[in-house]
Amino acid sequence: MTTPRQEAALILDARNVSKRFGAVVALRDASLKIHRGEVIALMGANGAGKSTFVKILTGALRRGTGEIKIKGEDRSIGSPAAALSAGLVPVYQESSLIPDLSVADNLRLGDTPVADFVHWTRELGISNLDLALHTNELPLATLRILDLARALASKPDILLLDEMTAALPTDLVERVLKVVRQHADEGMAVIYVSHRFTEIAQLCDRATVLRDGATVGDIAIESGVEEHIVEMMLGAALKSTTRADLPPHEQTSTLVPRLKVQGIAAGSRLTDVSFAMFPGEVLGVVALEGQGQDELFSVLAGFQKPKAGWLEVNGRKANFDHPSAAIGAGINLVPGDRASALLMSRSVQENIALPRVAAFKDWGIVALKREAEEVNAAIQRLQIDTRAQGEVRRLSGGNQQKVTIARWIARGVETLLLFDPTRGIDVRTKQQIYALVRDLADQGAAILYYTSELAEVRMACDRAIVIFNGGVVDIIDAKDADDQTLMRAAYGLTAGAA
Amino acid sequence: MMVGFISRNAWTLGLAAFLALLLIATKLIQPDFGVSGLDSVARAALPFALATLGMSIVIIAGGIDLSIGSTMAVASVTAAVLMQGRGDVASVGVVIFVLLVGLGIGAINGALIVITRVPDIVVTLATLFVLEGAAILILESPGGAIATWLRDLIVGGVTIPGFPDGLTNWIPKSLVVLLVSAGVIWMPISRSKLGLMLYAIGSDKLAAFRSGVPVSRTKIVSYALAGLFAALGGLAVTMSTGIGEPIPGPYLLASVAAAVLGGVSLTGGKGGLVGPILAVFILRLMRLDLTLLSVDPNATSIIEGTVMVVVVMFGGLIAVRGRKT
Repeated sequence: MTTPRQEAALILDARNVSKRFGAVVALRDASLKIHRGEVIALMGANGAGKSTFVKILTGALRRGTGEIKIKGEDRSIGSPAAALSAGLVPVYQESSLIPDLSVADNLRLGDTPVADFVHWTRELGISNLDLALHTNELPLATLRILDLARALASKPDILLLDEMTAALPTDLVERVLKVVRQHADEGMAVIYVSHRFTEIAQLCDRATVLRDGATVGDIAIESGVEEHIVEMMLGAALKSTTRADLPPHEQTSTLVPRLKVQGIAAGSRLTDVSFAMFPGEVLGVVALEGQGQDELFSVLAGFQKPKAGWLEVNGRKANFDHPSAAIGAGINLVPGDRASALLMSRSVQENIALPRVAAFKDWGIVALKREAEEVNAAIQRLQIDTRAQGEVRRLSGGNQQKVTIARWIARGVETLLLFDPTRGIDVRTKQQIYALVRDLADQGAAILYYTSELAEVRMACDRAIVIFNGGVVDIIDAKDADDQTLMRAAYGLTAGAA
Repeated sequence: MMVGFISRNAWTLGLAAFLALLLIATKLIQPDFGVSGLDSVARAALPFALATLGMSIVIIAGGIDLSIGSTMAVASVTAAVLMQGRGDVASVGVVIFVLLVGLGIGAINGALIVITRVPDIVVTLATLFVLEGAAILILESPGGAIATWLRDLIVGGVTIPGFPDGLTNWIPKSLVVLLVSAGVIWMPISRSKLGLMLYAIGSDKLAAFRSGVPVSRTKIVSYALAGLFAALGGLAVTMSTGIGEPIPGPYLLASVAAAVLGGVSLTGGKGGLVGPILAVFILRLMRLDLTLLSVDPNATSIIEGTVMVVVVMFGGLIAVRGRKT
């Protein structure tokens, strides 16, 4: 029971918030309470509804049902501006400063008091900032700090930090945690959205845990609580999921790896990833959002050059300076964002033919006719519904996803990179994709399979690597890959450290 | 099969029907409109049609070429100056040279866009001015000459030895020149890898890049093709007037208009070349009809503009409704 004093200090009270997008229920019953002087962690596995909840709290989305009270007043936060005027200020993982304006102009745009802003940048460890600099001239880590300083300068009642430490070096993270804690102790409330247990343990008083769109726990942070939180995020039902019947994984260490990755670093998140992948193998990749998996896949597909490290394909060093080089080496990516891979206004046939045709050395005149048969065979094999084949945009999401896969298997695939291939796809199509993946591996393909659904590791993979904070922290056999093990590894809680 | 063909080419078929109606209307307005009328319409339309083909290819590939009219002017004066006082044999060399100049100008446009990353509209605006100046430097005022065989190439009807004249000579030679040059250049491309890649980079540059398409190279090729068609267009100007024209005609805006009316989407990746050719003839015939009806030339422009907006808007509405079903 809350005492009257606590009741008075209650600053944000969100109850039974729900949200649906069409037939999809993103949030069923989310609640969150926060008092002045508190720092709470908002936690949940991928797809638990965390980002929907955050968007509703910050006004980027309208809530479906439920009520949100700020300082005892019912606020229907309908826009980001309304959230700001209610005293709730968010800081996101991506910078919200306008890149083509100077720092000073950005401050003027948001009516931020400059003196306070400069004070906070000093507190956060940036002492000699030139306000005339354009923000696109500043390094990413500095931008994150400026975002935070700008938020603090607006004297928020509630500060919402959404994964804001993801791109920061360790020393800056320490500074941020210290300043935020200090500010909370002076009466501000902080909602801290993060995957990182070490930071949460250091900073937070309580954790609110979401699962399947509902708040399932509100727990005080004390030592040993990590295990409990992981359990809450997984839920009781998931733990008893039976493992798929898998043949024991063959001993492959004597073979030449199809793809060997050594010490790859790229972007600001991927720091050091090494692994080897063999023909006939489906290698899972498990990672929380933003641990560097996007960069890994774009390096492997030749979209982006690595800052460090090297690749070997079939035992030979490879250097991809263009996607066509990776395609030429037999590496094909099915990206998570279907729209970024397909020509939405062109036909199914053209979309399937394009990457294979583009990789040809000659500019063959009859290329398209020669391809037609293989293309149609791929369409049949994947059972793509082609009633609306004139324009890919008219297909359903599942059929679009099949097209992205079909374009690679039409000719036979050596190495396939699948980035969350079943996201937002109906169950039947998912099963078809699992079967296809296994079929391709049996025919000798090597498949790298990133998934945001832990259960898929057991259903589709042989082994899985776990990436945390830009590096591989664990390799788990599919037969040992129960959700708990995967989740603990994904949160960087290795057996030794826990 | 038949239904699929019709629904896929609905826009082009609609344009063809509209063109047929316009031809009938022309005949009604001017009862003696016949073979010679058709011939002169086709001849007048030739440079517009060639410019439109070049523009359509660039727009399909996701760009725009503002220098198309100036490239035509350069081609026109180069041909006229080089052919003056030379024989038929030399003129064949001149034609090849002019086509290569056009191809080169286009390739430079494309390369500048790709290398400097300056927006296409700025680069080609700059080359518009450069080429405008260059054309006047080559030939200060209209003049020069053209080989006789080139003049004859687009005058009158087709005669095929062995066929009775009445069967073929109503077909304007200029129309045949247009269809042959379009066919020879575009047919092999549209059926090959290059054609697919042109549509791909216009449809979605990122997706094309990720599919392994050499985006920069393909873009340069699209501008080079536009330059080639512009050079053909410039030659056509000199062929029909007999002299070089250093001041570009109204080809830039007319070619964009015809491309859009012909079903080429300004956002790229959509359309073909048949529609734009039909659109050129529609626009020319409309102008002719309004002149025959002795409508004020200024009102003619207003009517043309209005018709274009209405037709394209109407087409857009149909497309949107089609997508919903």
